[in-house]
Parts: sequence; structure tokens; C-alpha cells
Amino acid sequence: MSRPISCRLIGAVGGLIGLLSGCATLGDGTGSRLDLVQERGELFCGVSGKIPGFSFLSPDGRYAGLDVDLCKAMAAAFVGDSSKVQYRPLTAPERFTALRSGEIDLLSRNTTHTLSRDAAGGNGLSFAPTVFHDGQGLMVSVGSGVRSMADLSGKAICVGSGTTTEQNLNDAFAAQGLPYTPIKYQDLNQVVGGYLQGRCAAMTSDRSQLASARSGFKDPQQHVILADRLSKEPLAPAVVGGDQRMADATNWVVYALIEAEERGITQANLDDVLEQAVADPSQAALRRFLGVDGGLGAKLGLPDDFVVQVIRATGNYGEIYNRHLGPGSAVTIPRGPNRLGGEGGLMIAPPFT
Amino acid sequence: MPQMFRRGRFWIQLGVVVALMAFGGLLINNITVNLIRTGLGLDFGWLWRPAGFALAETALPYAPTDSYAWALVIGWMNSLKVILVGLLLATMLGVAAGAARSSRNGLLRSLSGGYVALIRQVPLLLQLLFWYFVAFLGLPDTPVGGLIHVSNQGIRLLGLNLSVEFCSVLTGLVVFTGASIAEIVRGGINAVSRGQWEAFRSLGLSEGLGLRRIVLPQALPAILPALTSQYLNLAKNSTLAIAVGFADLYAVSDTTITQTGRAIEGFLLLLLSFLLLNLLISGGMALMNRAVLGRLQRSR
Repeated sequence: MSRPISCRLIGAVGGLIGLLSGCATLGDGTGSRLDLVQERGELFCGVSGKIPGFSFLSPDGRYAGLDVDLCKAMAAAFVGDSSKVQYRPLTAPERFTALRSGEIDLLSRNTTHTLSRDAAGGNGLSFAPTVFHDGQGLMVSVGSGVRSMADLSGKAICVGSGTTTEQNLNDAFAAQGLPYTPIKYQDLNQVVGGYLQGRCAAMTSDRSQLASARSGFKDPQQHVILADRLSKEPLAPAVVGGDQRMADATNWVVYALIEAEERGITQANLDDVLEQAVADPSQAALRRFLGVDGGLGAKLGLPDDFVVQVIRATGNYGEIYNRHLGPGSAVTIPRGPNRLGGEGGLMIAPPFT
Repeated sequence: MPQMFRRGRFWIQLGVVVALMAFGGLLINNITVNLIRTGLGLDFGWLWRPAGFALAETALPYAPTDSYAWALVIGWMNSLKVILVGLLLATMLGVAAGAARSSRNGLLRSLSGGYVALIRQVPLLLQLLFWYFVAFLGLPDTPVGGLIHVSNQGIRLLGLNLSVEFCSVLTGLVVFTGASIAEIVRGGINAVSRGQWEAFRSLGLSEGLGLRRIVLPQALPAILPALTSQYLNLAKNSTLAIAVGFADLYAVSDTTITQTGRAIEGFLLLLLSFLLLNLLISGGMALMNRAVLGRLQRSR
């Protein structure tokens, strides 16, 4: 939206190349991308690689994070092995072209689901269910005594440019009639610098970004993200639009992670639960979910036991969340709206029937 | 032979003109193609819609409910403020440092030489970041004397409130441009023949008085054209203010373009504003140049 003219030119050329190679991919036959992945025996997954908690290089040199675990879950479902993933670190401007041009099969790079990205007249993607409900937040230091947005009345707030962050900030403060002074910088590093140097009482960005930034502070416990939410940013994996089999398979792997948490099936108790389901024909719903009968997987073009493969590889949604963003992790983000529907959150799965 | 030479030159000139026109045509074509591709014509209607973002510093009353046009005006005035004060202070610093290079006092000479050498080797952006994040944000929150209150939130001077962002941009621009002006002034002073120095010294004039009344007036014609370039540089460099959070015209345009998606219109306005500003500066300097030359001719 805000790119300078030169970027638009590059974008136009990139888009053209993407379009041409997109045509080439379609020319390979009417097959789904899912067939291609299963034939190849490997999933090409686009990630950021630079966001702690979502996709970041761990000390052993592998990628780790919530976005990365989703790649693993997909690979487990599609080809039966969560290690068969090739990660492609992508920048924000590169990501859609990489997907459209067929360089990657799946984009799992904290991407906000929006109308223009979804629509055929826009980026033409197909989004899976939201895997992280993000939103713009405010971070303050514990010692400042600020407990809510109202305490920031008349204070300076450090904000970065380039997205709608400034507008969201203003909308939220104007709605409550609170005055404030925006100190606007060009990128997040400068925002962090200004905030840590005490220029502002608070800094604002997406809550996941705030938590990631905080994990790099000298004293992360001294900073707290306020409960106030200034915008909604549902982050979701995406595949190329117009490929129903690939989209369905991706959607139901995400749903399987959520359903598994609802049913309390974890990596640890999976084998016991499976044994029970096989032994007890009265547990019809559980048997369908785990693929003991019902043939749900086949309808998606996946093995009937794809749910078992997924849980064995990554655990359920809650386990993935806690591993990377939970209380014990380096990047701690309270679950908030990412709790299950039954617990006051927004994560729900349609029935596996 | 001269005929042929002239004809050859004609073809070269024609070639250059054709190449320039082709390049211009390519640019216009690109803009048109991109506008068609994005389904947008040139449209400035958004200028009157509410801006919806707040600004930290406003010379005139401004609220987020005011229009984008007014936000841009406020940004332009912030730019103007830092540029005008910057021009004044950079000139004073530059002339002082340049004159010190020709001083008979060794300490002054080497101080000034060291300043120029250090400042000219370090990129301006880095200097701005230093002034802001290290120097000004590192200030302790204590009143210094009764009339001045200094803290990392701003500097209050006799009721005048200066934000740390403004102070950092101003200091950065003045120190950086001052070093270049010092070299220009030194060059101008060196261009005045040694005889003039010997003349005023033999008349018993003090060094300072001789410099002001005899040497500098004669050095001005050599200084002014190069000084104009430095003034224009200062004005253009002020756009780096966004790095240290100062709400100048560029920073406001940046937000405006992000929110409206009107990149081409936004950049056109930005270009026009700076063109206008720089034409004013170079126009003013041209007038001054003519006045100085005229006076010099009359006095001869």
C-alpha cells in the first residue's frame, strides 16, 4: 500500500513472474498441490525465521516456534513424517510471491488474514483457520505503575511507522477520549531503543512482536504487556487459492490440533487413548477422530490416521502453544483469546463427522 | 573542418536530447501503467479526509480529526523550523570553526581541525542516532539552574519547550553541516591574498577586527556559491529526522502514504514541497550573492 514507486515496479515485475510460473504449475495437470507434496515426500514451508516464539533458529541450528510446528504437523499429516520439511525463510514482501510462484507449498509466517489477501481479486490466497489471535498491544515497565490504557493519559508512546499501528493507536485512545503524545520511529528497533531509554511511558506494536522484543531485553520480567487490545490481527497459515483439496487438508490439520486439545489427547497419552478407542467400539466419535473407522482421512486425500500422526509429531494445539509461548518459554504471551472456545477463547474446531 | 566539428556536435546534442526525452517518457509511462494496474487515477481528494493520527509537535493547533492536508502543513512547518534554526546556527558554527583554522592560536587551529576531520568521516544518520539515543536520551531528569530544565523528555528554556527529538535533529544537522561550512570558509579566507593580512596588521588592527572587516568581506564571493549547496544539503538532510522520532514533513508524509495508499500523490507533494523550499533558499542566496558582488565592485 505504502510502497514507493520503485518497489511497485519491482512488485509488478515480481507479480508477472509469479503469474507466469503460476501458469506453469497449473499446466502440470489438474492435480492438487497435495498430490505434488505427497509425490515429493517433502513439504516446502515458508517461514519468517526471525520471530522468537513463532519461527526462530534455536541453539541447535534448527527452526523452532509455533509457525514451525504447524509446518511439522502438516508434513506429518501429508507425508507421514514431521521431519520431511524444507524451510524457506521469507521476508514480508516476498511471502505471497513465493506462494503463488510455487516455491513453497504452505505459508506459515505469522500472516494476518485479511479480505484483500484472501480475495481472488487481491492476493488470491486460501487461509487456514487462525492459529494465533494477535492484536496490537501496549508494553510498559513494571515500575511505571501503569496498569491499563487509562493510566497512559497524556503520556508519550513510542510507535513504529509502515503499518496501521499509528492509526489503531489513535483510534483506541480517541475512543476513550485519552490524550497522548506519539513518538514515531521508522522501525521496531528504534521503537525499542526509545522505549528502553525512557523516552516513552509505553511502546506499541503487535502483542506477539512486543513479547518477542521483550525476550531480547536485559530484564524481561521488568516489562509487562497490558491487557488492552487495540486491533485484531488473526494470524493464519495460507495456501494458494482455488485448490480445494490442499486447502481442506490444511484446514483440517489445524482443526485436528484444536480438537485434540478439546479431547485432552496429548503426545504423552496418545497411545493409551488410541488403544482404548480400538478396544471400545462404543466410543464412536473418538474412533472417527483417530481414524479407527469412518474413513475421514480418505475424504481429504490423507491417510485415515492423519490425526494420530499429527499429535504424535507435535502434540495438540495447547502443547504447541505452551512449548513456544507458554509460561516457561522465552517468549511468554498469556493465552487470552487463544484459549479453547469452551474456556472463553476463540479456538474452536467443527465436528469430525 | 570547423563545419564538420560543429555538425558532429549537433548530432551528439540531438542524441542527448532524444535520450533524455526517452527516459522522461519511460518514467511517465511507468507511472501511467502502474496507476492503471492498481486501478487508481491521480486523486487528491483524500487530502480533505480526517488524518486520524496524532502528532507530537505542532506549531499550530492540530487534532487527529483535522485533514491530511493540515497534518502535512504542520509537518512542513516542523521541517521549516528545524531547517531555519539549523541554517542560522550551522552558519555561525561554520564561520567560527573556519576562521579558527586560520587563527594564530595553535590550540584553536587544532581543535577546529579535529572537529572537521571527525565529523566529516562519520555518516550523518549515525551521528543523529548518537545525538538522540546516547546524548539526549541519556540526560538525567534534573533541573539545571533555575531558568533551564533539562531531562530526557525535553529541554525547557525560559518557558520555551524543546523536545529531545527536535534538539537531536537540530544538533546533528548543525554539527554536521557546520563542519562542511568551516572548510568552505577556510577555503574562502585562504583565497584572500596574504598581503591583505599583512596590510591590516601593519595598520595596527586586531586579528578579530581585521578578519571581520578586511578578510571575510573579500572572502564572501568565494564562499557564497559553495555555502548555498551546504544550505540545500541541510534542508534535504532534515528528512533523516524520522530516524529519531521528529515529526517532520517526511515523517508525516510516510504515515499519510501508509494510511491512504496514495504513494504517487504523496511523493509528488513531498517533491513539490522540497522543491519549493530549496528554490526559496537558493533564490535568497542568489540575491545575497548579487548584493555582495555589487558592493565589492562599487568599493573597487
